Amino acid sequence: MPVRQVHLAAHFPGVNNTTVWSDPASGSQIDFASFVHLARTAERGKFDFFFLAEGLRLREMKGRIHDLDVAGRPESLTVLSALAAVTTRLGLAATVNSTFNEPYEVAGRLATLDHLSAGRAAWNVVTSYDAFTGENFRRGGFLAEADRYTRAAEFLQTARELWDSWSDDGGAEGEFAHSGRHFDIAGRFGTPRGPQGHPVIIQAGDSAEGREFAASDADVIFSRHGAPAAGRAFYADVKRRLPRYGRHPDELKIFPAVTYVLGDTEEDAAERAADIRRAQVGPETAIAYLEGVWGRDLSAYDPDGPLPDVEPDLDEGVSKGRAQFRGDRGETVRRWRTLAADRGLSIRELVIEATGRQTFVGTPRSVADRIDEFVQTGVADGFIFVPHLTPGGLDDLVDHVVPLLQEKGVFRSDYTGTTLRDHLGLGPPRGAVRRAHAEAVS
Amino acid sequence: MTGLYGGTGLHLAVALEGVGWHPAAWRAPDARPADLFTARYWADLAREAERGLLDFVTIEDALTPRPSGRLQGGLDAVLVAARLAPVTGHIGLVPTTDVTHTEPFHVSIGVASLDFASYGRAGWRPRVSAGVREAGHFGRRRASAAAPPGRIASDADLNAEAADAVEVVRRLWDSWQDDAEIRDASTGRFLDRDRLHYIDFEGPYFDVRGPSITPRPPQGQPVVTVLADSPPAYEFAARGADVVYLTPDSRAGTGAAVSRVRAAEAAAGRGGEPLRVFADLLVFIDDRPGAAAVRKARLDELDGAGPASAVEVFTGTAAELADLLEERLDAGLTGFRLRPGVLPHDLTGITRRLVPELQRRGAFRTAYRETTLRARLGLSRPEGRYSAPAAATTGGGS
Repeated sequence: MPVRQVHLAAHFPGVNNTTVWSDPASGSQIDFASFVHLARTAERGKFDFFFLAEGLRLREMKGRIHDLDVAGRPESLTVLSALAAVTTRLGLAATVNSTFNEPYEVAGRLATLDHLSAGRAAWNVVTSYDAFTGENFRRGGFLAEADRYTRAAEFLQTARELWDSWSDDGGAEGEFAHSGRHFDIAGRFGTPRGPQGHPVIIQAGDSAEGREFAASDADVIFSRHGAPAAGRAFYADVKRRLPRYGRHPDELKIFPAVTYVLGDTEEDAAERAADIRRAQVGPETAIAYLEGVWGRDLSAYDPDGPLPDVEPDLDEGVSKGRAQFRGDRGETVRRWRTLAADRGLSIRELVIEATGRQTFVGTPRSVADRIDEFVQTGVADGFIFVPHLTPGGLDDLVDHVVPLLQEKGVFRSDYTGTTLRDHLGLGPPRGAVRRAHAEAVS
Repeated sequence: MTGLYGGTGLHLAVALEGVGWHPAAWRAPDARPADLFTARYWADLAREAERGLLDFVTIEDALTPRPSGRLQGGLDAVLVAARLAPVTGHIGLVPTTDVTHTEPFHVSIGVASLDFASYGRAGWRPRVSAGVREAGHFGRRRASAAAPPGRIASDADLNAEAADAVEVVRRLWDSWQDDAEIRDASTGRFLDRDRLHYIDFEGPYFDVRGPSITPRPPQGQPVVTVLADSPPAYEFAARGADVVYLTPDSRAGTGAAVSRVRAAEAAAGRGGEPLRVFADLLVFIDDRPGAAAVRKARLDELDGAGPASAVEVFTGTAAELADLLEERLDAGLTGFRLRPGVLPHDLTGITRRLVPELQRRGAFRTAYRETTLRARLGLSRPEGRYSAPAAATTGGGS
């Protein structure tokens, strides 16, 4: 079996507790220079793309704005367009919500980014349905939870129709008409087709619906499953879905979100990883995290003491605008109680243990070996690295791990193409073909 | 206005649109229609404008392909402006966005992000999209009963809605106090939530809760500019803008238009800084007397018509244009927004002919001094509306 090539992407540090702001090396999360540093570092490392997340309302806990984590982000397409001026090959991936936007505008903005970056645009299609986010928008919370993927799928399908309304040679000029359940629009689309035809489409949902959406119409899936067993299961499950849509498994690249810590020795790396975990989960954050799971005020509890004996409130919840507390909280509480009892963990130790452990911890050599191994053994096609520091959080990876991957012959030593589709080994978009399939399954 | 540049001084902006404002501009000998959708094309234009020390460039946008000549379609103006930010160092960047269909929240974070990427050089032109054709691209609005044919609502309604959108955008820019980020390790708090504010805007067209997801931009309030081409637009400008563009057709018309601006400001009860008033002029500039008029006539012939807008057209030499600008300035203007008939020809006419002529007359800057667009226009960086203790009760503080 031929050696598979590794793909690498970079995530700008996020607005949750894994981004450490108390470290002296932590810089601004909003200064444009921070974005430039991270993007240029990723390009120096020949990464496939640079990724920006989005959240259209500040998170709240117990009815108040959550104040413990980094917050304050730019609009992703705007900052990526500026970054197109200071990079030349790096893919530029924007997260843009399909619930509180309209296809005409989003398709035009993505085509614009593709033009202005000479073919490097990507779109992470996300959904939201909650009335909480809707309070910032004209329509409010108009969409039922059950409809968020039907709208997202039709949104993407409509965007593809808009991009295809101009031909590559400038012949057809934007005439379109789309009539569907969520969108009934017609007229002329304002932006000619970008260099990639369609931007690279990323999907990040983990539900069965999200996986199906990705299998039918995305180029990249951004998963949470970086650990080997879960990663292999996810990989196999998603790749298995592609033939149904007339697609080859290689047409959808799987990128788990991962974190890393390097050290001179394995012990040194493990020690640094533990220090970072303690910085990520301060006493206040430990309680806030627990409150998110328990769904009630736990501010009276000592973070260095045992888990609360009160039962969780599984109805309402205290956390808004945050995806990770939407799972089965009752099951999480049971699991955490067992873990804390078995190991004698305090609240803070439990949260450190149970959440956000780093994916790759070790020497540059051992980390490079594991990245390679995971790609060769069906855990992933590549990884999206989420640094814990802004803006220097990728420096070590690019300086010490990437050269080893290049030495092993599993990662490019330079870009061979100019567009993001080239970097990912994707052919031209098959808009018309995909549409035919989407219609067949809907 | 006196004393700006050691004598009478004026401000100059340039309005960038496609290959130029003449509908046949793409047929001009040095036009670059094939490059229109490349970053290099826009970077060349912006750098040329900056070479001429212009105050700012505006970038057009519309929710429908422009019906001008062969070339149709355009790029998103906020993204074009952002792409220009790192390749320029001084010039203001003023994109147009729709405010009739577009979410004020999205516009607010987009322009704030442009202000961050340009370190304080962002402006914005909110634009009303009146047509049923644009509405058809969204499929969410039907024409109201009172709407004129082909339009979705009355001019008065659309401008009132646009004024609400500007109010929301401005409140969102202020919704983070400048010192909201505290990074207080002793309490584990990154933010002081008392310095973040729900804007709680409620109006007849939409409600927006806030706060923004983006911190307060470098200028506090990026420069808001409005094209006043109808009486409701004057009121809209007086309520929410920092800069207004007028389209008078003569010296007398200029004076009258400025008076209408001042009357609209009084009627709106505007406090604080008065509007900076720019007159729009579509220009064709050549060195040889008469050449520009001949060039324009040839383009008119190629097109079969000529520029359709209400903006006054100038053809002539740079010295003739400088005479006209100096004469008009006395009518109470801050400066001019020039619309080049053909790009890049008439832009270089501005930067390499007109600007040196004005500098010789002591009427235009010889170097950039200010770093932000607000400062260049003599606007201070405003205190956020939620910052003063007294404002906490009126602003729906957190």
